[in-house]
Amino acid sequence: MIVQSIDITPIVPEIFITLSAMILLLLGAFRNSDKATEYIFNVSIIVFALTIWQIMSYSGGYGSVINGLVVLDNFAIFTKVIILASSAVVLVLASDYYKFSRTVKPIAEFPVLVMLATVGMMIMVSANDLMTLYVGLELQSLSLYVLAALHRDNEKASEAGLKYFILGALASGLLLYGISLIYGFTGQTGFTELSELYRSDIAGALPDGALVGMILLITGLCFKISAVPFHMWTPDTYQGVPKSVTVFFASAPKIAAVALFVRVLMQAYGGVVEQWQQVIIVISVITMYVGALGALKQTNIKRLMAYSSIGHMGFVLVGLAAGTQVGAQSVLVYMSIYATMSLGTFAAIMLMQRRGEHVEEISDLSGLAKERPVFAAVIAILMLSMAGIPPLAGFFGKLMVFSAAVDAGLLVLAILGVLSSVIAAFYYLKIIKIMYFDTADQPLDNEISSRLKIVLGISALFNLLYFVMPTPLLNAAKTAAGSLF
Amino acid sequence: MSDFPLLSAVTFLPLVGALLLLLFTRPSERDETSSNNIRNTALFITLANFILSLVILGEFNPEISGFQLEEQAAWFEGYGISYHMGVDGISVYFILLTAFLMPICILSSWTSITKQVREYMIAFLLLESLVIGVFTSLDFMLFYFFFEASLIPMFLIIGVWGGENRVYAAFKFFLYTLAGSVLLLIALLYIYTQTGTTDIPVLMAKVPEMAPEIQNLLWLAFFASFAVKVPMWPFHTWLPDAHVQAPTAGSVILAGILLKLGAYGFLRFSLPMLPDASLYFQPLMYGLSVVAIVYTSLVALMQTDMKKLIAYSSIAHMGFVTIGIFAFNTAAIEGAIFQMISHGLVSGALFLCVGVLYDRMHTKEISRYGGLVEPMPVFARIFMFFTMASVGLPATSGFVGEFLVLLGVFQSNTWVALFATSGVVLGAAYMLWLYRRVVFGELVHKDLKEISDLNTREVILFVPLILLVILYGIYPAAILDGLHVSVNNLIDAMAAHVPTLR
Repeated sequence: MIVQSIDITPIVPEIFITLSAMILLLLGAFRNSDKATEYIFNVSIIVFALTIWQIMSYSGGYGSVINGLVVLDNFAIFTKVIILASSAVVLVLASDYYKFSRTVKPIAEFPVLVMLATVGMMIMVSANDLMTLYVGLELQSLSLYVLAALHRDNEKASEAGLKYFILGALASGLLLYGISLIYGFTGQTGFTELSELYRSDIAGALPDGALVGMILLITGLCFKISAVPFHMWTPDTYQGVPKSVTVFFASAPKIAAVALFVRVLMQAYGGVVEQWQQVIIVISVITMYVGALGALKQTNIKRLMAYSSIGHMGFVLVGLAAGTQVGAQSVLVYMSIYATMSLGTFAAIMLMQRRGEHVEEISDLSGLAKERPVFAAVIAILMLSMAGIPPLAGFFGKLMVFSAAVDAGLLVLAILGVLSSVIAAFYYLKIIKIMYFDTADQPLDNEISSRLKIVLGISALFNLLYFVMPTPLLNAAKTAAGSLF
Repeated sequence: MSDFPLLSAVTFLPLVGALLLLLFTRPSERDETSSNNIRNTALFITLANFILSLVILGEFNPEISGFQLEEQAAWFEGYGISYHMGVDGISVYFILLTAFLMPICILSSWTSITKQVREYMIAFLLLESLVIGVFTSLDFMLFYFFFEASLIPMFLIIGVWGGENRVYAAFKFFLYTLAGSVLLLIALLYIYTQTGTTDIPVLMAKVPEMAPEIQNLLWLAFFASFAVKVPMWPFHTWLPDAHVQAPTAGSVILAGILLKLGAYGFLRFSLPMLPDASLYFQPLMYGLSVVAIVYTSLVALMQTDMKKLIAYSSIAHMGFVTIGIFAFNTAAIEGAIFQMISHGLVSGALFLCVGVLYDRMHTKEISRYGGLVEPMPVFARIFMFFTMASVGLPATSGFVGEFLVLLGVFQSNTWVALFATSGVVLGAAYMLWLYRRVVFGELVHKDLKEISDLNTREVILFVPLILLVILYGIYPAAILDGLHVSVNNLIDAMAAHVPTLR
């Protein structure tokens, strides 16, 4: 019998994190003390850092494992690095959040679940087959459901977790149904095989069943990135769960789902762009406007950020709708910048404490500029960046996606998009107004957590100074996007 | 000297100054010494920048057509977007105007701004950097970058140091102008995806080749942004609010410089890049400008707030500018540019006059004044001078600009010239009536008897403005000589695509 040697190098990072997570889980189960929990947090951050190093130093070219079910190309490398970095930052933030919080106790399972979810995301972005796609997505989703409800004694968090679980399960069901339809009508589940089947030169219209399957697939993915009309869970979940969980929801899973979305549509269905383009355009427009308009009336900053993230997903879909390599590149650039803005903003939200109690109303920030000028300035930078005002990084993200849309001839979409960004600018400015123009309320606590402040500072600096050297990120995203075409 | 990046220096020196001020400790409101240190530093930096702008004027050769003092560096390497700077006759005077008005603004806020002095000065220095960047950039993306970024400091200036209703005014200012500029962004992206570059000199050759229908759409997108900024009727409603709420120095910058960005945009982009469309939309521009001149002049007549009155007069004066730009002949375009410089000086000075009164009486209501000539003789004279300059009295700079514009427009369209001229009459009416109500008449309000005349600092503010207004009024060639080549160049470039213009 000849045993074929299998090169598993491309999935070593996933295996490494999974094993680490299991060991840490055991440790957490046997050593239940605050000290052990802190230790688990720190070790998992180191694990993420090591994994990033591992992936960045991977030089095997295009790698494919398990009969092409999982691939490692430039696209996967790029997105994995961003996902891992985001997850690591989330753990950095969460560890200090728990340390300085009187109300919320740290839980050893938190970093373990984050690690498992991250493995799910890594499989998602490496998936080259509908089956792997589903496995990755479910591993990520199940970890997230548990994370949402992790603080069992907190009524709101449990409610949010349950809501998220029920709607998420529904979306997974739709997704799975879509996959089975696609398989039933084409006999294929591999992206490579599907793209062969739908090569632009031979493909006509998709058979009805396969078309419905694709739409259901899109529906499921729209739920994961909280695109309208599948966004209902986002504001409630963001608000209900503790800040340490919200920051995770708003960063890495979004990036992974968007990356997966890009790979499915541009690789598997890259030959039949016109079949899905209109759907994405419509979803994109309503997502941008619901995000912008929904945020206007919010008073809770976590709810506001939920709508803000919905709006951002709308902008990302503009780039996706272009269906071109420039479009894929713009999505990657946007998501990278979005990750920094989002993590920075949530670091700021975690710092919002008054006399040891967490506060999360926007009005709690009033007059901040007088008491804490630096804190107010960095929040202002992040808000202006989110609004897409130059010279901040967010402007370049928007520039990229709209440029891709204009390039693909989607002028109306681009115009609708920029106009929605004007509406969105209103509520970002409102936060600045509250901090700078209004008179001070009681001051927020200052003597908390240096780690949060460091993350906040770095993300603000990145957003402020990105314009000095914009090309490295653009080029990396270009290379990554290139491997899809 | 020729290798020294003068334009980058003049653009970023204020930014460096702003960073320097960040290192200062935050003074408390009563800490006069450190507040004064901050004021002095800001004044010093803006003065240094003014000297730098004079050096640029010295290096600038008005005989050369095309751009000078060019600098180019990689920015978006491989994407056709670069850090490209340069000036021609059209932009060089705006740099000078900005650098000239800034020290005056700093000086004018010396005593009126006491809270958050450091942040105030930082905002102004930042604004100076961004606005000068708009005039120096020779890359469309770089231009847009500065153009839109300049909203941030102005938003804060209005919102933090403004009057009663400042939040509303700041939001209106920001969102209005943002809504206009995002459409410009789409046009810019379209041009970029078609040509693969955003370099202005390259685009000036390539964009006019586009199909007329495309040009028309692009022109409208440009228009959306620039018309809001100018502001042209009916997109002007943000301006009176912003002016009334802004602190004095904010109004000076708003009227003196920010309004010019829109007209500069028409000159730099709409005319040379979209000549066919510019001609096609000439009636629209004429129509809106004439309505602006007549309508806003009438509105100005009825104002009860001094700042609002001058704000409306600004819209009317900018109406002359847009008429001049779209008459497409040398006299009118030169007149328009001249009018902008002159308006920057005169309306800036008028806002300073209002600021002087506001600092003393804390009201801008016209009816709260009257008979000021007795307690404030020096002020009355200075105010008289700038009123006359605003009306366009010969021997002041206001006359030259309006005269040249009307002369040029008359060649192009007599009806437009006729209606525009009525604006001159109405302008005289509202300005002189304002002057009569504020300075002459019975001194009915008892508290005005105690009002003090200008102090030395305030006189120093006005002296350079007066000198320049007279200088440009008597010797307009000081500016016009620098404009000839560039303006003729612009018209030639347009005529190359639109033969009827010859």
